[in-house]
Amino acid sequence: MTSTQTHLLAENRKRPSLLMRIRNKLFGTGHSFRSTITLLTMALPGILFLFVFAYLPMIGLVIAFKDYRFADGLLGSQWVGLDNFNFLFGTDNTWRITRNTLMMNSLFIVSNTIGSLIIALMLNEVYRSWVSKFYQTMLFFPFFVSWVIVSFFVFGFLNANNGLMNQMLMAVGLDRVIWYRSPEFWPIILMLTNFWKGVGFGSIIYLAAIMAISPEYYEAAMIDGASKWRQIRSITLPLIRPTIIILVLLSIGHIFNADFGLFFFVPRNTPMLYSTTDVIDTFVYRSLIELGNISMAAAASFYQSMVGLIMVVLANWLVRRVDSSEALF
Amino acid sequence: MTTKIRSAKQYRFKSFLGKAFLHGTLGLIGLLAVIPMILIVSVSFSNEIELAKNGYKLWPVGFTTFAYEYILQKPEQILRSYGVTFIVTAAGTALALLVSSLLAYAMSRKTFRHRNILSIYVFFTLLFSGGMVPSYILVTRYLGLKDNILALILPYTVIAWYVLILRTGFAQMPDEILDSARIDGAGEWRIFFQIALPLVKPVLAVIGLFYVLRYWNDWFLALLYIDDSKLYPLQYLLYVLMQNINTLAANPQTVNVPIPSQSARMAMAVLAFGPALFSFLLVQKYFVRGLTIGALKG
Repeated sequence: MTSTQTHLLAENRKRPSLLMRIRNKLFGTGHSFRSTITLLTMALPGILFLFVFAYLPMIGLVIAFKDYRFADGLLGSQWVGLDNFNFLFGTDNTWRITRNTLMMNSLFIVSNTIGSLIIALMLNEVYRSWVSKFYQTMLFFPFFVSWVIVSFFVFGFLNANNGLMNQMLMAVGLDRVIWYRSPEFWPIILMLTNFWKGVGFGSIIYLAAIMAISPEYYEAAMIDGASKWRQIRSITLPLIRPTIIILVLLSIGHIFNADFGLFFFVPRNTPMLYSTTDVIDTFVYRSLIELGNISMAAAASFYQSMVGLIMVVLANWLVRRVDSSEALF
Repeated sequence: MTTKIRSAKQYRFKSFLGKAFLHGTLGLIGLLAVIPMILIVSVSFSNEIELAKNGYKLWPVGFTTFAYEYILQKPEQILRSYGVTFIVTAAGTALALLVSSLLAYAMSRKTFRHRNILSIYVFFTLLFSGGMVPSYILVTRYLGLKDNILALILPYTVIAWYVLILRTGFAQMPDEILDSARIDGAGEWRIFFQIALPLVKPVLAVIGLFYVLRYWNDWFLALLYIDDSKLYPLQYLLYVLMQNINTLAANPQTVNVPIPSQSARMAMAVLAFGPALFSFLLVQKYFVRGLTIGALKG
């Protein structure tokens, strides 16, 4: 075989038909082709589910710019430009729900982070004791309870006539409070409820981070005579600082998304409490289901999705600056 | 020598005080975590008239099971809702685990050409979502699933966050095992079912628990998509009953009928979370393990 012949053969092998080339580019050749097709088939149901339940609604956000009518559907409804937004931002609602969402979420981030950290540090000190598992179980229990049931729990405390809170207030000689008609108390009530439900979860995450610290640091510190307090300040906290910062930044990324269950069930959807308990998510739900004002709901929903996206990207940028390996993207 | 012994003793005393303080505080916090539940259980076993007179107590006043008898006189709705929740949880979790782990497996294969774009496709749904309104219109108008049990299952079938955790699990499988299986002529399907799934069993169990919890505790999908009382899941029934018992109690015409409105409401809540609480105690330690996987490696 001459060198020209080999060259020609190689040339022939290199130039399959256009269709084959596209095929090879997309799926590989030979065994790789079969495996790519099989793996794509495996992933297909998941891809479809995400397409329908995650991507189609994203496209559906365009209804914020339409006057949606059920009979006309998404495509048939009239474009109205920014009318829905003019309407939404023309009411006091927008300011109220934005303020409540941001303020309550900020309160939650601060209280839960500090609380979880303190409890994790305490759990770490008694970790070898048999009761430690017992504490963890009790603390973790609220995480498993749905918000509907939490609303019953809270009702047990705040019910004006029979609730435990008013009994305690009267026992110390104070007047009883009609909690479900007193919006001024609700920021703190919601904060405590959220703390109660989330602190077990948070402390277990921080505990895991603390336990990942090499014991050698503590051994060395003890030889040098460092107190427990000093060890916490100089070893534990600095070493779990990246975890703390990342978790906080991630929550800041979601600061525009309120926990619907908390804000809907716990105040029992009481109109008199809306001034402090109404958040974007509950407002969207009410506009959509109770008022049937789809256009306003869509505009509020769009507003939330967009600002939410900006917040996530911003938070991720900050995470990247702290520790690029922990950045989400 | 003597000073050393004394300081050791002092140290031990100080550390004992510290430990006592820690246990005291943690015990108290733990108690606060479960007290609301105790309150609800005790009200559900209390006498209605005593409740009206003295308010809720942390122990049953005038112990009675009347509230439960009252509820269970007509158990159809509760049993039905239990049935709905059970079917949704079982079918939903099975489907979700299958679809999610298949997707995660494909994403984890290093030889898979499109794994990067697939990861981005899954990941992007964590960053951005269309929200409630488009989803509502999609499910009710275009998929026609209003008052259909599928509306309680399908929207949660692929949770991107869980898929990413599963992918981490699959990616940690040793390459040698997979390679040798491939050399022996096993196809991807066979590798997936006979080798990969058994290898990631712990992660699979944890994600399974996450899906179970999500389906069992869900009220959101019912709130949006279910009007027919035949399809009320447990959590939603609880919400509806809270409203209905309220209206019964507020209605002057029913004053003569002895409705244990306070205790029955709480008894309903107990019936709904009782079994869940029991399973919580059984699976709690797996959950703790799963949370750490998810949080630190996800």
